[in-house]
Parts: sequence; structure tokens; C-alpha cells
Amino acid sequence: MSLDTLTNYMTPTGREEPWRFTPMNRLAGLHDPAVELRDRVSLEPLDIPSGVSLTIEASDIFPPLSDTEDQIIIRVRESASKLLLLTIDANAEINEPVFLKREVLDLSPEVSRVRIDAGVNSHATIVIENSGDGVIAEEVEINLASGSNIKFVTLQEWSSRAVHVARHHAIIGKDASFTSYVITVGGSLVRILPTVEYKGPGSSAELFGLYFATDGQHFEHRVHVDHKVPGAKSRVNYKGALNGDSARTVWIGDVFIKATAQGTDTYELNRNLLLSHGARADSVPNLEIETGDIVGAGHASTTGRFDDEQLFYLMSRGIPAEQARRLVIRGFFAEIVSKLDIEPIEVRVMERIDGELSEVKS
Amino acid sequence: MSRLEIKGLHVSVITEEGSKEILRGVDLVINSGETHAIMGPNGSGKSTLAYSFAGHPKYTITAGTVTLDGADVLDMTVDERAKAGLFLAMQYPVEVPGVSVSNFLRTAVTAIRGEAPKVRTWVGEVKEAMTQLSMDPAFSERNVNEGFSGGEKKRHEILQMELLKPKIAILDETDSGLDVDALRIVSEGVNRVKANQDLGIMLITHYTRILRYIKPDFVHVFAGGRIVEEGGPELATKLEENGYAEYATA
Repeated sequence: MSLDTLTNYMTPTGREEPWRFTPMNRLAGLHDPAVELRDRVSLEPLDIPSGVSLTIEASDIFPPLSDTEDQIIIRVRESASKLLLLTIDANAEINEPVFLKREVLDLSPEVSRVRIDAGVNSHATIVIENSGDGVIAEEVEINLASGSNIKFVTLQEWSSRAVHVARHHAIIGKDASFTSYVITVGGSLVRILPTVEYKGPGSSAELFGLYFATDGQHFEHRVHVDHKVPGAKSRVNYKGALNGDSARTVWIGDVFIKATAQGTDTYELNRNLLLSHGARADSVPNLEIETGDIVGAGHASTTGRFDDEQLFYLMSRGIPAEQARRLVIRGFFAEIVSKLDIEPIEVRVMERIDGELSEVKS
Repeated sequence: MSRLEIKGLHVSVITEEGSKEILRGVDLVINSGETHAIMGPNGSGKSTLAYSFAGHPKYTITAGTVTLDGADVLDMTVDERAKAGLFLAMQYPVEVPGVSVSNFLRTAVTAIRGEAPKVRTWVGEVKEAMTQLSMDPAFSERNVNEGFSGGEKKRHEILQMELLKPKIAILDETDSGLDVDALRIVSEGVNRVKANQDLGIMLITHYTRILRYIKPDFVHVFAGGRIVEEGGPELATKLEENGYAEYATA
């Protein structure tokens, strides 16, 4: 990092609005200019099908496609000399998911810059899997050309020591559809910014999330949907459960409908299930509307405790308590998981949640 | 042959004003093949009776015993009571989002029988039971009680009773919210299970209407948290004519 950018960089203190929920002392220096960030590409592909290409590019040839005010993401842009570029050819129909994997790094802070370019009318599913240890700041920009249809899945199955701060920014072209699943079930501190902007009418985004935090975990998801063009649609549905007295989650849902975004159709939803008494879930939906000429706009947020009546009902049919709890939790997440349509991941995520449920009993 | 014995049962519930006694000494014996109607005005404690010995956490048993074939029911967890052969058909069955009826039934039957039912025979068993209750097969793919009509909820309760094969069933206001057709279908289901499985039934109801379909052997009038009068089916006829007025001060 040059001295020049260092002087422009404002180290967040935790008092700023975007940081007020984040435990800054647990960021492992990702936000601290005194801590150097390792500059390498850590994601590995499994198979790259025809119609898809994966290359490592010089970062400065591919400047960012979007604006951000997030201080850590600004650091990523300044620190990463390489960019992992995934390109999906125009009109390509990729039926099998494209997997990118990152397993057990170490605990020295590093950066990652990724870009996904989806060609005109292309269809593909991209899955990024994160597991093991790691301290990483990352930006993924997904650029959807007109008529493309992209499902983007990220799995945060980190160890309980990992720190992961990421922005997933989708730029959605005319008549293009973007569906994302952010699944966070592991890590010490995970802070993800799923953000969306639209480039043309007929574009749509469906943003799903699932998180399960246990003792000592802070999982934060800050959704931001920017409706500036007319005739675009967004749906947001994040569901989380917390088990353990020091489990923390934060969900922010910012949806902005600018005056130019006539015909917008948006709905966002966040539900949290508290499985133990000390657990804390913050949920802040925020809808700002500058035009009345829209199809619909709404939001809902609920945070509640485990329903003892459900437990009683299931147990009164002979189902033991532990199994009844698992059924209810699986049921709670089923709405998100069953839509994913990638069976091995559905099974894995549910098994991980089952395992974490049996670790802590309320 | 099974025998459910309730002796001197006192039950309290915690309210905002503190602990409140609802049941004040209930004695009742139900044997296999017997149908006991528990009738009484609203608020008399009928449902508390049902929920307290099914093990609902809201109720505290302060005195008395409940045994099933000599085993102490009150010492069992809720699921153990079901495994011992008790079944409570609830007045307000609970929604369980994201859990399908088929998954729920299979999980419950596996727990009660101690082994998973064989796929081959299980599908037919469920289908037949559903057909007899005039339930659409698509029903099994819906989430448990979610968006069910009143009639669907009650049929679903009886479907579970049919598959779980309890020794003693408590039917808590199973007739409430049912139109005549649904009442007939549900009642036929109860009678079928009773005939096939020699079931003992505690039928809790406010109205005599359901007794035209499910014939009681004994009628118990419940008021003020205890049984105040007992008799045969003729007692129900008397209640139909006179109502509960004479028990109001009991």
C-alpha cells in the first residue's frame, strides 16, 4: 500500500454506522493499515466445464465495476495485485455447478479479488466453498450481461477461528436474473455484504441467506439493494438461528428505490430463531422509497424463541426431544435450503446444523 | 387390556397473578374398549385434564397419581408417555413449518414402534388410512398443520391416532369447528380405531352433538376442576336438555 493511499484510508473505529455492530477487535487487523495483507489467489477450481474459463489477471487491468465505501473492501482493491476472473461465454448453458474451493489457509490476513463475467443469455451456477482456518478480506463482483441467469452460492463453513469479510456485488443487466445463497455456518467473525445494482428493466435479484451461529461466533450480513432503473424486482429472504449464550448475528437489509425506479417490485424478509437465552440477533430492515409509482415494496423482520408448543406437539407423538428440535430447526431452514437444488450441499449444511444443535442444549 | 388410572389429581398453572389451581382432585379409570365422555362448561378444567397428563410443560401436578397399566405416567417425559400408549388429539394442533406430514408421520411411527416401518407396506398403510378419512393424497406433502382448515387439522389428528395405535386416546374437543360431514368422517375414524385396536377413549366435549356418532359408555360431568356427577349415556341426554346450569355453583 502506498503512503498516499494510507493517508486517505480512514481506519474504522467501530463507532461508524456501518461498523457499529462489528466487534472490531476480532477483525484480526483486516481493517488496520498497519497490518499487511498477503496478496495471493487462494480459490481453487474443481472442474471447469466448457463454456467457462478461469484465469488469473493483473488487478489493475480490471478496475472495480462498482463503488464502495466499505473501508476493508477499499483495502482489498488497493492491496490485491491479482484478480481471479471467471468468464461464462455468451449463450452458454452450464448445467452442473462450477465449484471454487478454499480450504484451510492459515491465520495470516490476506486479500482476494474475484470477478465473474456472465455473457449475454448465459446460464450457470457458481459455488464458492470456504472451510478451515483463514483470515480473509474479499470482493467478488458479478457482472450479469443482459438475459443471463446466474445462481451464486457461497458457503462459509469455516473453523471457529476464521475471520472472513466479503462483499458480493452483483450488477444485473436487462432481463437478467441473479439468485444468491449466502450460507454461513462457521467462523469466528463473518461479515458479508451482499449488494445489488440493476442496469436495465426486467432484471431481477433473489437473495437468500441462511446462518447458524453458536457460542463465540459473530455472523453479520448486510444486504443492500439499489433500485435505480425502472421495472426491476428484488426478493430478499434471510433466516438465521442462534444457539449458545454468546452467539451473535446481525442482519441489515437496505433497499433503496430511487425516483427513477418506477415499477419496482421488492420484498425483504429476515427471521431469527433464538435457541438459548443469552443469544442476540440484531435485525434492521430499511426501505427508502423516492417514487410512489411502484408495483410493491415491503419488509418484515421477526426474532423469536424456539416454540415450546411445537416441541410438545412432536414429543406427544413419541418423538424424543432432541430429534423434535432437529425437525423444527430443519423445518425452519427448509424454505431456504430446499430451493438451493444442489443436493450434496443441502445435506452437508443440514448435517452441520444438526451437529451444532446437539453441542449446546438450552 | 390396558387401564389408565387417575387418582386425586390436582393441577396448577402459573398465571400473571401467581399459581392457580385448576384441577382439584380428579379420580377416573379408563379401561381398553371403554369410551368416557368428559362433559362440562367452558373453563371447568376439561382441557387441563387432557394436557396435564400428556405432559404439557405449562401445567404443574401438585398432587395425585396417573398410571397406565401400573406404570407411573407422571414420571415419564412427553415422548415416553406416547410410547407407553397415550395419545392426545389436540383441540388446537400446532403448525410445524417446513416439516411435511409424511416426514412427521414416519418419524413419529418410527419412534413409537421402535423401528422404521418398511417402505413397501408403509406407503399403503398411510394411503389407506387417509382414504378412509377422505383425505387427499397431496395432503402428505403439506407442512404439518400449516394452513390446514379446522376439519383438516382434526382429520390429521385422527390419522395419527390410527397409525400410532395408542392404548388410551384423549380426544380434546375434537368436535369443535367441524361441520356435520367432517364430524361424521372424524367420528367414523375414531370408531374404526376403537373397534380395531380395543382403544380406551376419553372424549372431552362441551356439546352432546359428537355423542350421536361416538357412543359413550360413561359420562362424567366436569365442573370447578373435578368430576361432579357420573352416569351412563342417559346423563348426556339430561345435559342436552338442561345444560350445565345446575353445576354452575359446583
